[in-house]
Order: sequence, then structure tokens, then C-alpha cells
Amino acid sequence: MNTPIRRLAVACLVLFMALLVNITYLQAYEASDLNERQNNRRVIDEQFSRERGAIVVAGEPVAESVPSDDQYEFQRTYPEGPLYAPVTGFFSYNFGSTNIEDSFGSLLSGSDDRLFVNRVVDLLANRQPKGGSVELTIDPVAQQVAAAGLAALGDGTKGAVAALDPSTGEVLALVTQPSYDPNALASHDFSATTDVYEALTSDPNQPMLNRATQQIQPPGSTFKLVTAAAALSQLDLNPGSEVRGGTTLDFPGIDYTLPNQGNGNCGGDVITLEEALNISCNVTFGDLAGKVGQEALLEQARKFGFGDDLIDSIASNASRFTTEGTDLEAPQLAQSGIGQFEVAATPLQMAMVAAGIANDGVVMTPYVVDQVLAPNLSVLEENEPEEYGRALDSGDAAALRQMMVSTVQSGTGTSARIPDVEVGGKTGTAERGSGLPNLAWFVSYATAGDRQVAVAVMVESAQANDDISGGRLAGPIARAVMEAVLAP
Amino acid sequence: MSDTAWVPRKRRGAELVLTVMAVGIAISAYCAVGLGVEGRVPAGVFKLSAALIAVAVAANLVIRKVAPYADPVLLPLVLCLNGIGLAMIYRIDLGELDRNPDWDQLANSQLMWTGLGLAAFTIVLLVVRDHRRLQVFTYSFGLAALVLLILPMLPFIGQNIRGARIWISLGPFSFQPGEAAKICLAIFFAGYLAVKRDALALAGRRVAGIDLPRARDLGPIIAGWLVSVGILVLQRDLGSSLLFFGLFVVMLYIATERPGWLVVGAGLFVVGAWFGYTAFGHVRRRFDVWLNPFDDFDQNFQLISALFGLGHGGIIGRGWGLGSPELTPFSFSDFIAASLGEELGLTGLMAILLIYGLIVERGLRISLTCRDAFGKMLAAGLAVSLALQVFIVVGGVTRLIPLTGLTTPFLAQGGSSIVMNWAIIALLLRISDQTRRPAPPVEVNQEDEATQVVRT
Repeated sequence: MNTPIRRLAVACLVLFMALLVNITYLQAYEASDLNERQNNRRVIDEQFSRERGAIVVAGEPVAESVPSDDQYEFQRTYPEGPLYAPVTGFFSYNFGSTNIEDSFGSLLSGSDDRLFVNRVVDLLANRQPKGGSVELTIDPVAQQVAAAGLAALGDGTKGAVAALDPSTGEVLALVTQPSYDPNALASHDFSATTDVYEALTSDPNQPMLNRATQQIQPPGSTFKLVTAAAALSQLDLNPGSEVRGGTTLDFPGIDYTLPNQGNGNCGGDVITLEEALNISCNVTFGDLAGKVGQEALLEQARKFGFGDDLIDSIASNASRFTTEGTDLEAPQLAQSGIGQFEVAATPLQMAMVAAGIANDGVVMTPYVVDQVLAPNLSVLEENEPEEYGRALDSGDAAALRQMMVSTVQSGTGTSARIPDVEVGGKTGTAERGSGLPNLAWFVSYATAGDRQVAVAVMVESAQANDDISGGRLAGPIARAVMEAVLAP
Repeated sequence: MSDTAWVPRKRRGAELVLTVMAVGIAISAYCAVGLGVEGRVPAGVFKLSAALIAVAVAANLVIRKVAPYADPVLLPLVLCLNGIGLAMIYRIDLGELDRNPDWDQLANSQLMWTGLGLAAFTIVLLVVRDHRRLQVFTYSFGLAALVLLILPMLPFIGQNIRGARIWISLGPFSFQPGEAAKICLAIFFAGYLAVKRDALALAGRRVAGIDLPRARDLGPIIAGWLVSVGILVLQRDLGSSLLFFGLFVVMLYIATERPGWLVVGAGLFVVGAWFGYTAFGHVRRRFDVWLNPFDDFDQNFQLISALFGLGHGGIIGRGWGLGSPELTPFSFSDFIAASLGEELGLTGLMAILLIYGLIVERGLRISLTCRDAFGKMLAAGLAVSLALQVFIVVGGVTRLIPLTGLTTPFLAQGGSSIVMNWAIIALLLRISDQTRRPAPPVEVNQEDEATQVVRT
């Protein structure tokens, strides 16, 4: 009878080994996944009662934990309230966290692997462990100016601003309106936060939607920059090349004509490419889109970042040229060439287009976190500028800059002129149909000395009837942001 | 063979040293809970220390007196588990009191039950002076097991608690007869199989290298299987059903030495499991929860909370009193393994599993060295049932297998479980005492000498 008993002993060993292997997997390997799951009260309680690290803009905290006298010991506060909400996100007990508060959550709370040594030291010294801090690339003045510009259009106006440093990809401003106050969600009065959260999520104006990175909308005429870039390289044009003007673009055998805004004739049947961009001639760019073709135009858009989720660490969506698998008919391709039909982009994406042109054709990957610091302020991680790719060659970039500058000097974009500064821009007014107000866009860059900035502004407004009125709404905001960045 | 006979050592001194360590671990754990939760050594520490030391000393004395050759490791292992369980139940009392001042404290009653466990331990050792005498009552124990299993089904005394009808209540006391039935069944199986093993082992057919039993010999295993399925159907107790069936199959295998029984058993298990899955919503739900616990947070909160606790405990744990095990419903009974994993971490939970592993190993070693078939099978059956029970319950709360309700031996809050497991240890000690005790000197009889067979 001993043989079966010995075998059973081995079987019992296997059972216990299975238990040991399983708990090792669970507690050593899967533990971090479990800790990051939603509704994990243990982790939330722990994070709430820890001194969470700050999120810093230019040396000033925009999110920090201050001592509180309730059971959680610390209260998360956002000194600027709604201004930085689209970047910081919120940190709530019952609704989790978003954006930087979420993507850098383990670092801010101090449970990141890189803070292991700090934790051990804190444990041995019997101190409460602290979290690391995150420094943003945001320029506080630009951020405030952008928010003030949108606010000046009225509280009910929806819009967004994204500003980038073209040479590095640093995000200098990221503003959305309406926004929300993350303080109200970080409160320890959980019934109040529930009310606030429900009010925010049921608000038809979607204040928690980051319009600068999450919402894709037709970019309208600002997309002509992409079409122009494709035309410059594919059709070997230059700003002086003669292109088709006129009142309408017809398509043989199809009962559709593409008109200009206000049904003008673009100053003649044959105009130069530069003139076409200056006055934002639909006929020209519809025609060029057809000549370039869907493939090449799509490829050009992709080189600027369309189709990619552009930014880590904050909620964002990819812009699109067409929905997947669409084979564009000639009129649809022409409409796409002027930023309509299925073309939809975020302000961040359009800022990247301007940034790529300003940076001699090289598009940089945008990033919003500059440095990550341990509680003792040693640098754990420093973001280095990273090339996204080359969107157009240096000569074509210079040609586009020349045309954008003349657009600001004498075309539709005069509202963005800054004395003694090279400013190039492109206006846009996009129709969304079905009774929705039009979108006024302004995409621009400015260079002063070795400082550069690229901005995209998007405003939802019923007053935006044409490019000129769109330029009047969005242009001044872009100018103010550029001035703020370039100010010595 | 050397000519000096092997003289078994009693090793009671070693047992005492280990016992002191085990009690030390338990008292330190209790103090650490107070320090962790309230920042001070708990007021009840003297009471608990006195009680634990009394239990340890009493158990040690009983063994010295009535089972001097018994295995010296089992008692300290069990004391250690029991003490850790007490500390964790006290810790969860404190956590629950924090949220609900009306919480009915469980640690004191658990301490009382531990005392009763010691009483059961003593009684078993005193009454059963030779385990082989138990074999006489084979069928009585079989009947007792059946009665105990049926008791919860009776009106008035049977109680349906949380969907399983496995409790009986008599006045203020409630009891899970399944725990006692486990011992009775082990004795019954051991006694029955010790007699019938040859009949079951002989004839059969060989298929693919495995000796399969004859169809007509399948009777007993079918009966055992039907009882298991009966428990599953009538009492909705998945865990006990699995445990009893596993115990039966394993003991059949030991008795007959034929792996064919394992094959038949596994086949019947699959049929039973499939039947349970298709016929019962609660079995299906358990299975689905096991596969996808995160599909429904509110519905599967208990398991999810246990997993979160284990994850939060990580490798070294939060420390006694510093986690939140009380968030998990029934963290003091069915889920106590998860509570321990949260506060003591992977390290502590591994140590606890190893203690169980050692208990099982000692039990199987006793079985190996035992000289009579009944004792062998009883020891092996008790040891394997403990292993199976730990596997089923710990595997369940750590999501290795679907969750089934079983108590965690010695750790979990619950009187019947504590008392009966102490009785099991007493039985194992009794068998080991019998096994290791030096044989009485044999007087050589001249008459026998003459009848010796002479080989040519």
C-alpha cells in the first residue's frame, strides 16, 4: 500500500506547488495590474492618505496635496481650478482619476517602481511615503492668455487652443472651454462629488471633454496647408505656380459643383498658388486634391500625424483623413482637400501641422511632461524631444511659410499680425451641417529670433460665416498666445 | 541488519521547543495587530497569552501522558495555525468595529472554541487508546456519517445559510455536521476498504496500460459518487461534495493500489461537474465568476475584493493591522487566506501554506510507517483530505480554481471546524504513537520453533 501513498504524497506536493505558484503570480506579478484596476478601494484609500506629489508648471504647483484634518490626512487641491484641468485631470475618491493624475498616478502617489528605494528609506525611517512630482511643459502665461481669449468670446462659446514649440514638440498651452473645476471632484465630501460628477457628465456642453486633444472636428480651410504641402511635393509646384481659380469646380458627369465661400471667383480663372492660399480659394485646393490623388493626400496627412494618437499621458484621439476604407469619389476628394467631408482633426493635430511647417518640415512628437522628479527632487525622467517624422522637405516648408506669412500680411489672416515678428497663418471655417454652428479655425506659427511657436485655435460659433469672420474670431487668440510665448 | 534494535525516541522535548515558538508567533501576531490598528498592545493580550499557553501546555501534557511516542511536529504546527487564525480574527473584529460599533466580536468565541478543540483532542486521545479498535465500528461510523450529512436537511434544526443547507442549530448553538461527517467517513472508508480491498483489487481488464476495475465492482464507488452528488443537489455545497468524493477515490486507490480507480473517479467527477454546471445556476455562476471575475464588479465583489487585497499585500504584505481585509465579506472565515495574504503578503501566505504542507507530510509519513492497513488508510485519508480541503479553499479565494465554500482548517472562524480538526490531529497522533511505540519484547516459544517450515 506504500506505493500509492508515496504517489499521493507527490500529488499533494503538486497541489501545494500549484497554490504557491498561483499566489506568487497573483501577489508578485499580477499585483500591479490589480492595484491599477478601477474601484480598488484599498489603493484609493492609500493614495488618499498619502502626500501625493505635485504637478508643477514653471515652478508653481497646479495640483498639490495639502494637509487636511479628516481621516485621509491630505486634500488634493488645484490652485488654478479649471485652467489646467484639461492637462492635470482630476483625482477623485469615487470616480478615479484622469489625464496626468491618472497616467502618472503611481508616481504621484509614490508607488512607482522607480521610487522603491525612497519607499524603503521611508519605511525604515518610519516616515509616511511621499509621491514624486511632475513638471509640465506648459507656459503659464500662454495658457492664461489662451483661456482668457476663449472666455472673452462668452461663457457659452465652446473652443480650444493648442500651442506647441515647433522645434521640440513641447506643449506650451492646452486650453478647452468650457472646462470644469477638479477641486469639486477631489473633495472628501463624497456625496457632493457624486452630484458634481453627475452634473458634469450630463451637461450637454461636455465640460470634461478635452476639445484640444479629444474632439475631432472638420478643420475646414486650415487643412489646405496639408493639401498645399502635398501639391508642392507631388506636383512640383512653387508659390508662384499658376493654378486653377474661378468661381466653381465642376466634375464631368456629376451633378455637383464645389463653390468658393461667398461664391467669389478667387480673383480670376488662373491665379498663383500663393494667391490661392491667401484668399483660401476652394476651387484651387479642390482641384489640387484631385490632381494629387487620395493616396498621396492621405500620405501627406499621415506624415503630419493624422491617424495617430498623438500624445501620451493625456486623453486624446487620432485625427482622420477619411474613415477606414473609404474610396473617395472626385467631389468627395475635392471636399476633403479643403478640410470637409470626412476630414476631422483636433486642434493639437492642426498645431502640429503648423509646427512641422515652421520647423523646416520636421514634425516633432508633442509631449506635455517635461520632467519627473522623485520626492527628494532628483530627476527620475527627463523628456527629450523626439522626431515624429519629416512631413515635407525643407524647400517646400519654406515655400509654405512664405505663403502663410503673406496670408497674415495681406490675406484672410490679418488679425494675427504682430509687428516685427514673422507670423504665418491660415484661417478656416468649417461647416458641420445638421444645424450645428460653424467652426472658426486659426492655425499659425511665429518666429522671433530663436524662439518659435505654433498655435491652433478652434472656436464653435454661429458668427463664423466665412474665413474672414473666422479669422476675426480665432486669429486674435492665436496672436495673443504667440505674443505671450515670444515675449522676452 | 545491525544487531542493536532501533529504539524510537519520544522527542517530547523537541515538541516543547517548537510549541514555545508556535505560541510565541501567535502572541506576537496578536500584539502586532493591536499595534498596527490602534498603536498599542491590545488589552486582552494577557488573557489570550494565558489561554494559548494553557492550551499548549495541556496538549503537551496529554501527549506525554497518553501518546508519548506520537509525532512531535504536528502539535506545534497546528498551534501556530490556530494562533495566527485567532490574531487575524481579532484583527478583523477591530476593522469591523471601526465601521460598525455593533459588530459582534468573533475572537472571544473562537478562543472558546479553541478550548473546546483541545477538549476534543484530549478526549480522542484518551478514549481511543488504540486506533485499530475503531475498525470494529466501521459501519457505525458509516451510519453516523450518513446521519450527520442528512441532519441539515431535516426541518426545524436544519438551516439554510447563504444558499447552502449545511448547518444545524440546536438552541443557541449552530454546527456544521459536515466537518464531523468527514472524520466518520474517513474511518468508514478505511475500515470498509481494509476488508474489501482484495475483492476490489483483483479482477479487471487492462486498457491502455491501466487496470480498470470490473463493472460489478463499481458498486461502492458509484454509491460514493451518488452521495457526493446528493450533497451537491440537496445541500448545494460544492466544496464538501468535491472533498468527500476526492477522499473516497483516493482511499480506494490506496486500498487497491490500482490507478484505474483514479481514472474512473476522474471520469465520474467530470460527469458530476458537467451535470452540476448544466443543472444548477449557482455552479455555473461560480464557474463564470472564476473565469471572468471583473465582468460584474458588484456581483463578484467578494472575490474581486479578495484579489485586490492579495495584490495590495504584494510580496511582503501591509503588516498586521495595516491592510483592509475587513473590506472583503467573510474575511474572517472563508476568505481568511486572502486576509492573511493581504497583511502578511506572499511571504506570510507561503509560510502558512508550507505549514499545511508539513502537516500533510507528517500525516502521510505516519501512514507510510503504520503497520496495519486500517491505520495506514485512515492516516492517509485524513492527511489527503486536509490537503484537498486547503487546496479547494485557498485555490478558490486565490482564483486558481472556482470558488467553493469550505473552511480553512485551524485558521477560519467557526466552531465545528476547529473542534473537528483538532480531533483529526488527535487521531493522527494516536496512529503515530501506535506506530512508533517500541514493540513489546517477544518471548521465544520453543513450541513454535518446532513448527518452522524447513526449506530444502
